[in-house]
Amino acid sequence: MSARWRTAFHDVYGSYPLHLLTMAAGFALLGYVVATVKPMTLWNPHSWWQSIAVWFAAAVIAHDLVLFPIYALADRILWARAGRRRVRRLPISVRNYVRIPALGSGLTLLVFLPGIIGQGASTYLAATGQTQQPFLGRWLLLTAAMFATSATVYLLRLAFAGRRSSRVSSSTGNPRGTLPK
Amino acid sequence: MSPQRRFRWRSPLRGPWLTSVLGSVLLVTLPVVILTGLLSYIAYAPQLGQAIPGHVGWLRLPGFDWPTAPSWLYRLTQGVHVGLGLVLIPVVLAKLWSVIPRLFAWPPAASVAQLLERLSLIMLVGGILFEIVTGVLNIQYDYVFGFSFYTAHYFGAWVFIAGFVMHIVVKIPRMVSGLRSLPLREVLRTNTSDTRPEPLDLDGLVSVDPAGATISRRGALGLVGAGTLLMAVLTAGQTVGGILRPVALLLPRGRSRDGDFPVNKTAVAAGIDARSVGAQWRLTLRGGPSAVVMDRAALAGMPQHTARLPIACVEGWSTTQTWSGVRLADLARRAGVAAPHAARVMSLQRGGAFGEARLQADQIAHPDALLALRVNGADLTLDHGYPARIIVPALPGVHNTKWVAAIDFEAS
Repeated sequence: MSARWRTAFHDVYGSYPLHLLTMAAGFALLGYVVATVKPMTLWNPHSWWQSIAVWFAAAVIAHDLVLFPIYALADRILWARAGRRRVRRLPISVRNYVRIPALGSGLTLLVFLPGIIGQGASTYLAATGQTQQPFLGRWLLLTAAMFATSATVYLLRLAFAGRRSSRVSSSTGNPRGTLPK
Repeated sequence: MSPQRRFRWRSPLRGPWLTSVLGSVLLVTLPVVILTGLLSYIAYAPQLGQAIPGHVGWLRLPGFDWPTAPSWLYRLTQGVHVGLGLVLIPVVLAKLWSVIPRLFAWPPAASVAQLLERLSLIMLVGGILFEIVTGVLNIQYDYVFGFSFYTAHYFGAWVFIAGFVMHIVVKIPRMVSGLRSLPLREVLRTNTSDTRPEPLDLDGLVSVDPAGATISRRGALGLVGAGTLLMAVLTAGQTVGGILRPVALLLPRGRSRDGDFPVNKTAVAAGIDARSVGAQWRLTLRGGPSAVVMDRAALAGMPQHTARLPIACVEGWSTTQTWSGVRLADLARRAGVAAPHAARVMSLQRGGAFGEARLQADQIAHPDALLALRVNGADLTLDHGYPARIIVPALPGVHNTKWVAAIDFEAS
């Protein structure tokens, strides 16, 4: 009887009863939050884009519809071209040696953007007694250091792989030491 | 391409295992960020009417008086709140990357249950990114959003908490089976060329049309780990201080001011002019039979006490210094209030939300709770609150009022 009831419930609702209870409790809590904050707090009639509601809505799509298309497209464009060219013939793909410092640079740019672009200069000055002048230079140096480190590691690995493969090829009598394709 | 999938998701890494691993990391760590954030609200002393936002109904931890010991308590809780919040940004982004095919699943919901679940994701995803964005802007003093940070970050947190709990209850079984679907040891042994997609799953996370792997699963996890490590290195210095402070090279509080420790508000910004803190400056103590007025020499003539205490800000930064001055308990006695249950401290500061602050009974009675006149063996500088400032163990930074003009002791 109860098993049949549960099956019937599942057929109508699409999941088990605990699921519905969880959803009901969660949305009720959301309702309480909105009622406590008072809906008019969420809207700024003088400057619509400085509303809590607008920033929340933007946060919902910030990664999936803004950030993701940017980094996914950049990655695809870069390697769609490179894939057809010489790069492929290198024994070690350079791909992740570009991706990793690029992600590090992008992450720090994203998080520390206000300082880097000098936004909020007056509140920054009032709070700290300083300007945001050093941050752009520091971020550029950090980016340079990450790419340089990556390039060094890549070159070392390339040299190591080259030596290893030439040793292998000389022992097998391959005079030109070409790398496997 | 199956009819449910409108985009060709190509990464062979996406699947229940990867999503479950990232999810389990957030399951353990995000409650710490939530709890330390809610503790900060208590530290602002809502019972004295000075927590922001003022009216939160039941949306708070059960009330208790924020303790004064250990003195580094707020330094720890708020340092963890901000630091861990920043460190988790790469994990949150990786988690969102791992589940992105779900956003475009078609039809969007096959049942009422799925429709409700997808609506709850608005609270989850919007909540976490809203909290990250407002928090990250606040610690860099960028108020481009225009609304009250405290109100937005506090209620935004509760929207996130609701979405987070719903997601946990609904997805825990999925996470457990996802974690079991691949042995971690096998993942750690598999290199890029041997990396294969997981078996197709009901949620559509696994690509039906996968490209070759360009990074192994262990490499992808290592990359996320490296991102969190980078954030940790760039953040820790603002809380730990000492030789690590300059390592927080992109944060406001990674910098010293010509060798001096940081301030939260300059004297210029607070509208303090040299005359108001000059020879005619007086401290007024009220609450007793009649007001007691003292100049700085009279304060310096009272018994002096020295304590090494941190200033810890809501922005997560902190700095520990050696303060000397008069015990607040001694000032209360001088005012004629032997055992005050609270005190209101007023600053010369003009405008701003923190021109005055109230202290609890234990924050007045603590032997290290001071009206400081000196720091590190020298008179306070104007930016640090000359002629006199409050310093109380474990008190949130902004309540350590600078440029004190008057203290009202409230008898019990």
